[in-house]
Amino acid sequence: MQIKVMTNILEKNDQVAAALQERFEKAGIFVINLLGSPGCGKTSLLEKTIKALKETLSIAVIEGDLFTAKDAERIEQHGVPVVQINTGGGCHLDANMIQGVLDCLDLGELDIIVIENVGNLVCPAEFNIGEDCKVTVLSITEGDDKPLKYPLIFKQASAVILNKVDLLPYTNFDLKAAEKDITAIHPEVTLLPVSCQTGEGLEAWFNWLMKQVQIKKGKESK
Amino acid sequence: MHEMSIAQGILDIVLKTAAEHNAVKISCIKLLIGQMTQVEPESLKFGFAALAANTIADGAVVDITIIPLVGKCNSCGQQFTVERYSFLCPLCHSANILVVSGRELAVDYLEVE
Repeated sequence: MQIKVMTNILEKNDQVAAALQERFEKAGIFVINLLGSPGCGKTSLLEKTIKALKETLSIAVIEGDLFTAKDAERIEQHGVPVVQINTGGGCHLDANMIQGVLDCLDLGELDIIVIENVGNLVCPAEFNIGEDCKVTVLSITEGDDKPLKYPLIFKQASAVILNKVDLLPYTNFDLKAAEKDITAIHPEVTLLPVSCQTGEGLEAWFNWLMKQVQIKKGKESK
Repeated sequence: MHEMSIAQGILDIVLKTAAEHNAVKISCIKLLIGQMTQVEPESLKFGFAALAANTIADGAVVDITIIPLVGKCNSCGQQFTVERYSFLCPLCHSANILVVSGRELAVDYLEVE
């Protein structure tokens, strides 16, 4: 006997993600799912962002990591609330994991939550975790072929940060070619070349972020 | 290896569906997987076989149909197969493209006894 099912395999995750989104919506919190390879500079970007904006915005961080709390310890030094999730070898965060730690944060006090996903260009792209948007970090040293090799993570991202642009002179990374590939994959994407080392380009990222938070809080129309 | 999470999702769906129909054995599971998903079919089959052991889905054939990535231009209406992940209309070069197919991750149907 044949039984027609036609059910989305990720339905359960999507239901939990939708419930999370509703909670964030009620609290007026802008939530970012921060993605990128191991070592691309997600935590460095976060540290720079917290330093620059923590007087203006109330920021909290959820750190996803396989086994360690190394990133959470780095964030903690900046004096913002941080929660560590260890996936125990799991390659991505899912909505259940976020739901499980949400009570550790005082949602009423926050403007923005950044969820730093497990370093990986593949798996996290498939799992919504209640975020308003995904931001993907690609670093120059990874090579300009990555957007076409891992298109989904660039298609899903509202903004793509090209980090470590200070290293451009020392690599064969073709910035124009990478930008062309990323915008072909996702024509409406915001592309932000930055260097967390020198600070180049970070102002544009802070401005983009502030704008998203303001839109979420309804202080500014889109 | 997020295929394991996806395999678990599939197992949950098929066991629930089979129970609703009082099936005693699941012999075949038909999946629809879009071209623009991060799923490796062989890993998925391997993961599913491991999870399905000792359930009524043990030994079920997992049959995967890959759905091509197709876009539709919202400006000129042209429908086209997306090549090299370029979401620009090949006819009018508009960037206003709707993804018609290629993002599926679904259980289509089951064959049960």
